[in-house]
Amino acid sequence: MTDPAVPSLAAGVDAGPAPDPTQPELRLPPRQWVKANLFRTPADGIITVVVGSLLAYFGYRFLRFVLVTAEWEIVRRNLTTFMVGRYDRTQLWRPSAAVSIGAAGAGLLAGLLQGVAGPHRSRARTVRSVAGRTWPLALLVVALLALTRSLGPLLLVVIDIALILGCRALGRRLRGRGRTAGFVAVALVPVAMVIVLSSFGGVPWGGWGGLLLNVFLAAAGISLCFPLGLVLALGRRSNLPVARVLSVAYIELFRGVPLVALILMGVLTLGFFVPQGLAPGDIVRVIAVFTVFTSAYVAEIVRGGLQSVPRGQTEAAKALGLSPTRITAFIVLPQALRASIPALVGQFISLFKDTSLVFVVGLPEVLRVAFIIPQQADFRGQGRLTETLVFAMFVFWVGSYTMSRESQRLERRFGVGER
Amino acid sequence: MTTTSPRSPADAQRNATRPPPWRDVRVLRVVAQVVVLAVVGAILAWLLNNVRSGLAGLGIDTGFSYLDQSAGFQVPGSDFRAGQSRMDAIWVGLGNTLRVSVAGIVLATVLGVALGVARLSGNFLLRTGARLYVEAIRNIPLLIIIIFAYLVVVLQLPPAVEAIEIPGVLVLSNRGNSITWPTLPDGAGPALVVALVGLVAAAATAWWRTRRFDATGIPHHRVGLGLVAFMVAAGAAFVALGHPIGITVPEADGRLVAGGMRMGPEYFALLVSLVLYTASHIAEIVRGSIQSVPRGQDEAAKAVALSSGQRLRFVVLPQAFRIAVPPLANQYLNLTKNSSLAVAISYFELTKITGDLIANGSPALQSFALLIVIYLGVSLSIAMLTNLVNRRLTLVER
Repeated sequence: MTDPAVPSLAAGVDAGPAPDPTQPELRLPPRQWVKANLFRTPADGIITVVVGSLLAYFGYRFLRFVLVTAEWEIVRRNLTTFMVGRYDRTQLWRPSAAVSIGAAGAGLLAGLLQGVAGPHRSRARTVRSVAGRTWPLALLVVALLALTRSLGPLLLVVIDIALILGCRALGRRLRGRGRTAGFVAVALVPVAMVIVLSSFGGVPWGGWGGLLLNVFLAAAGISLCFPLGLVLALGRRSNLPVARVLSVAYIELFRGVPLVALILMGVLTLGFFVPQGLAPGDIVRVIAVFTVFTSAYVAEIVRGGLQSVPRGQTEAAKALGLSPTRITAFIVLPQALRASIPALVGQFISLFKDTSLVFVVGLPEVLRVAFIIPQQADFRGQGRLTETLVFAMFVFWVGSYTMSRESQRLERRFGVGER
Repeated sequence: MTTTSPRSPADAQRNATRPPPWRDVRVLRVVAQVVVLAVVGAILAWLLNNVRSGLAGLGIDTGFSYLDQSAGFQVPGSDFRAGQSRMDAIWVGLGNTLRVSVAGIVLATVLGVALGVARLSGNFLLRTGARLYVEAIRNIPLLIIIIFAYLVVVLQLPPAVEAIEIPGVLVLSNRGNSITWPTLPDGAGPALVVALVGLVAAAATAWWRTRRFDATGIPHHRVGLGLVAFMVAAGAAFVALGHPIGITVPEADGRLVAGGMRMGPEYFALLVSLVLYTASHIAEIVRGSIQSVPRGQDEAAKAVALSSGQRLRFVVLPQAFRIAVPPLANQYLNLTKNSSLAVAISYFELTKITGDLIANGSPALQSFALLIVIYLGVSLSIAMLTNLVNRRLTLVER
C-alpha cells in the first residue's frame, strides 16, 4: 500500500500537515531559524548536509552551463524564428502590433476585474503580488532583450508596459455600460490579434511558426472546445438516457486515447472524413484534433463544477417557477463555471504544453525550431542542440509557470472549496 | 357529496393538468432524445459516407485482412523479424508499451511519494529542493524532456571505458545501460515454487501473530517475523531445488558492458523521462492529500505520543492515500498514454509500430481504429484495477 521509500524518509520528516501557507510564519532570529529548520535532530542535520550539497552541486552545474559554457549565439541569431517561425520578415511589425493589442487587452481585463472586485488594496501590496506572479515572464523578457541587444524590442517592451498600465487605469474607472463595453472589447482582443497578423496583406496562419504557433493552437483549441465541452457536460448530467450515453461514450473514448496518436491520425486520415476537395490544411487538422480531445477533458471539469452547485439552488429556482432551461442558464451554469475556472486554466496550461506535440507531424512550433536550427550551415556539427532545447524548455516553462501561479491566485480569490 | 357532472373529478383534473403535447414533459423527453439521436446519427453517417466514397475513389480496401501480411521491417531490441505478420508486430508494440508503463508506474510512484512527503518536511533545504524540482519539471512539456533525455543525455553518455557505475547495481555508457537483474536458468517453474513456499510461510506467520495479538495484546511484529519466515522458507526451498534463481550483475569490461539486464537507449531515455515527469505530478497529489488530512488527526496522534514516523505511517498516510487514489489512477493512465510520445525517439511501442506499419503500406484508417481500440482496452483495464482498489478502500473506511 504505502511504498518502501516512506519509512526511511520519515526519520527527518515532520509527519504533520504542512505549515498553513495562509498563516504568517513566525519570525525567528537567524540562529534559532537555522536550528528549527535545518538541524532539529541528528538525522535532520544529515539530510541538510546531503541535500544541501546536492542542491549546491546541481545549482553550480546549471548556473555554470547557463552563464559560462553555453554558447547562446545560436539562440540569439534565431530568436525571431523561435518567436514567429518563418513569418515574413518584412511584416514583423504585425506580431509586434498583435503583442501590443494583447498587452492592452490584458491591462484592460485586470483593471475591469479590479473594478468589479471593489476597493483595491494598497499600492505596495499590489506591486508585490504582481511581481510575485509575473517574475518568470519578466525573466523571459529580460533574457530576450539581453539576447537581441538592439533598441527596437526594448522600445516595444516599454510601449507595452505603458499600454498595460494605461488600460488598467482605464478599466478601473469604467462603470455600468462602459464596463460592459470594456468586457466586450477584451473578448474581441484575440480576434483583433488574428486579423492584424493575417489579414490586409499579412501572413495566413499556414505560414506561422514558433511561439506564435504554439499560443495560437492553444488559444484556438481552448476556445473552440469550450462550447462542445459544455454541451457534453450537460449531456452527461442530463436525465435523457440517449444524451447521457452518447456523452459518456464520447468522453471516455477520447480520454482513453493518447493525444499523439490522435494528432497522427488527424493529419493522416482527417481528409477521408470530409468531402473531397475540402481537405483542410495541417494547422486546421491539428486544431480540430485539439478541440475534439480537449473537449472531453473540459466536459469532465465542467461536470465537476455542476456537481459542486448545491441542490438547494435548483430547488429554490424551481420553487420560483423558472423553466429548466432558465434554471440551467441563469442559476446552475454561472455558479458551476465559476467553480471550474481554476481547473479550466489548468487544462489550458496542459493544452499549451501539448502544443509541442505537433512536433511529430513537423509543424514549425518552438520544439521543431529548436530541433532544426542546430543543422543550419553555421552551426552544423557543433552540438548546439543542448542550448536550443534548454531555451525551448525555458519558453514553455515561463508560459505554464506564470499561468499556474495565476490559476492558484484565482482559486484563492474565488474561494473554491471554501464554501 | 355527489357528483352530478358527467365527468368525474379525477378525469377533470387529469384533463386540466395535461398540457398540450408541445409543452408536455413526457412527450418532449421522447422528442428531444429522438432529435439528439437523429443529429448525431446524421453527422456520423455523413462522416462514414465520406470515408466510404473517399476510399472507394482511391481503391483502398476497408477490411482488416492486411494484418496477416508480413510486416516488412525489423524491430530493434526484440526478436521480431521482417517476415512475421503485422498483427505480431502490434503485439510486440503492446508488449513494449506495457514494459515501459509498468516499470514507469512503479518508479514514478516511489519517487513521487518521496518528493511529496519531502515537500512537507520540516527541513527547509529538503522542502525547497523538492519544491524546485516539482515546479521546474511540471511546467515543461514531456516531449521536450524525452527528446532532451535521449539526444542530449543518453546518447552522449561516456564510452564503456569511463562508464558511470554504481558497482553491482547499474552501469551507464554509450555501449549500453544495464542494471542488476535476477535470472532464471531453469525457467520460471522452480523459481515460482521458491517464491510460493516463502509467501505461504510468511502468510502463515502473519496470521498466527495476528491471532496471538488479538488474543493477548502482545506486540505482533507480523511484518518483521513474516519477513524472517519468508527468508527462511524461501532460502530452504532455494537450496533444496538447486539454486533456480541467479543474479546477473552488469560490468563495464573494457570496451563492452557485460551481464545485467540491458536497456536500449530509447527505452532508458523514455523510462527516465516518464518517471521524472510523472513523479512531479504525483508529488503534488501526495502533498495535497496529506494536507487535506485534518490537522486534528496529527495533533491527536502527537497527544498519544506517537513518533513522527509512526504518525506518518499509521495516521496521516493511510488517510491521505484514500484521497489520493483517484488522481493517482489518473496519473497512471496518463503515464501509459504518454509512453506514445516515444514516436519522437523511435522506441517501438504501439504508436510507433502503427506509424511504421502505415509507412509500410497498412491502410491508415483501419490501423488507427485498431490502435484506438487497443489503447482503450489498456486504459479501461487500468481504470478498472484502480476502481477496485478505490472501492475497497472506501468500504473499509466507512
